[in-house]
Amino acid sequence: MEQKNPIKKVNIICAKGAIEDVYATLVMGNGAVMEGIETNIFFTFFGLDAIVKSRMDKLHTGVVGNPALRLPGGMRMPTLLGIIPGMEAFTSWMMKGQMEKLDIPPVSEFLDLITAGGGKIYACKLAMDMFKFKEEDLSDHVSGILTVGEFYEHAGGEGSQIIFT
Amino acid sequence: MAQKTYASVTVDVNEEGYFTDPSQWTKEIAVEIAKEEGITLTDQHFAIIEFLRNRHNNGEALSIRSINHSGVLDVKTFYQLFPGAPLKKATKIAGIPKPASCV
Repeated sequence: MEQKNPIKKVNIICAKGAIEDVYATLVMGNGAVMEGIETNIFFTFFGLDAIVKSRMDKLHTGVVGNPALRLPGGMRMPTLLGIIPGMEAFTSWMMKGQMEKLDIPPVSEFLDLITAGGGKIYACKLAMDMFKFKEEDLSDHVSGILTVGEFYEHAGGEGSQIIFT
Repeated sequence: MAQKTYASVTVDVNEEGYFTDPSQWTKEIAVEIAKEEGITLTDQHFAIIEFLRNRHNNGEALSIRSINHSGVLDVKTFYQLFPGAPLKKATKIAGIPKPASCV
């Protein structure tokens, strides 16, 4: 479909580190790259877990205080069940299994696809300092560590959009 | 339904230019569609086109990830061969429907 003002560039910010938060960002980002849209992804706060080598493929989803979470069969999962040891790991494992069936890759492989298509991955300087991460903790997909000001510089241009997932 | 003529053959396409009947496709036609997209096809292009067509004929969904499992080339090369929107361009040139996948 031809449009008058097509989106030429997207700048996606991911500030949370649960499976669903990170994948919302990765699916949107990879989708943009696949459409030929220039793509920058900026990971900050808990979102940094998605680009920290030792954590990126071990993300979890929250099972306490997540009212949309349901048991197999469709019944709501009572919050109290969430405190059972292993429940979070089990739920996260189930989610990853479902995603694999839909050909949605693990985080590191997803970042491979995005960067192979020219998408750029950035880490937030302030959050890096706050969580005491060093550059060597980050995966090789990361193009740089940016301040907020530098992020806005990268985000400029006609037809550019900033998306906070 | 719209029709288009490539290499003196008239084929059925949808409003976006994708083939509605992949059996009407030939290599000569692919060369013409690719020209419209500004691409000159090489053996490498044809190898991945064949992979895409086979996968479509087997009823398997197409995703950008599946290219890495093609054994023909990796995703990075795929992006270089079909600059811009590779999966959309490659499927159009391969005479198969536009992928309905989000990944």
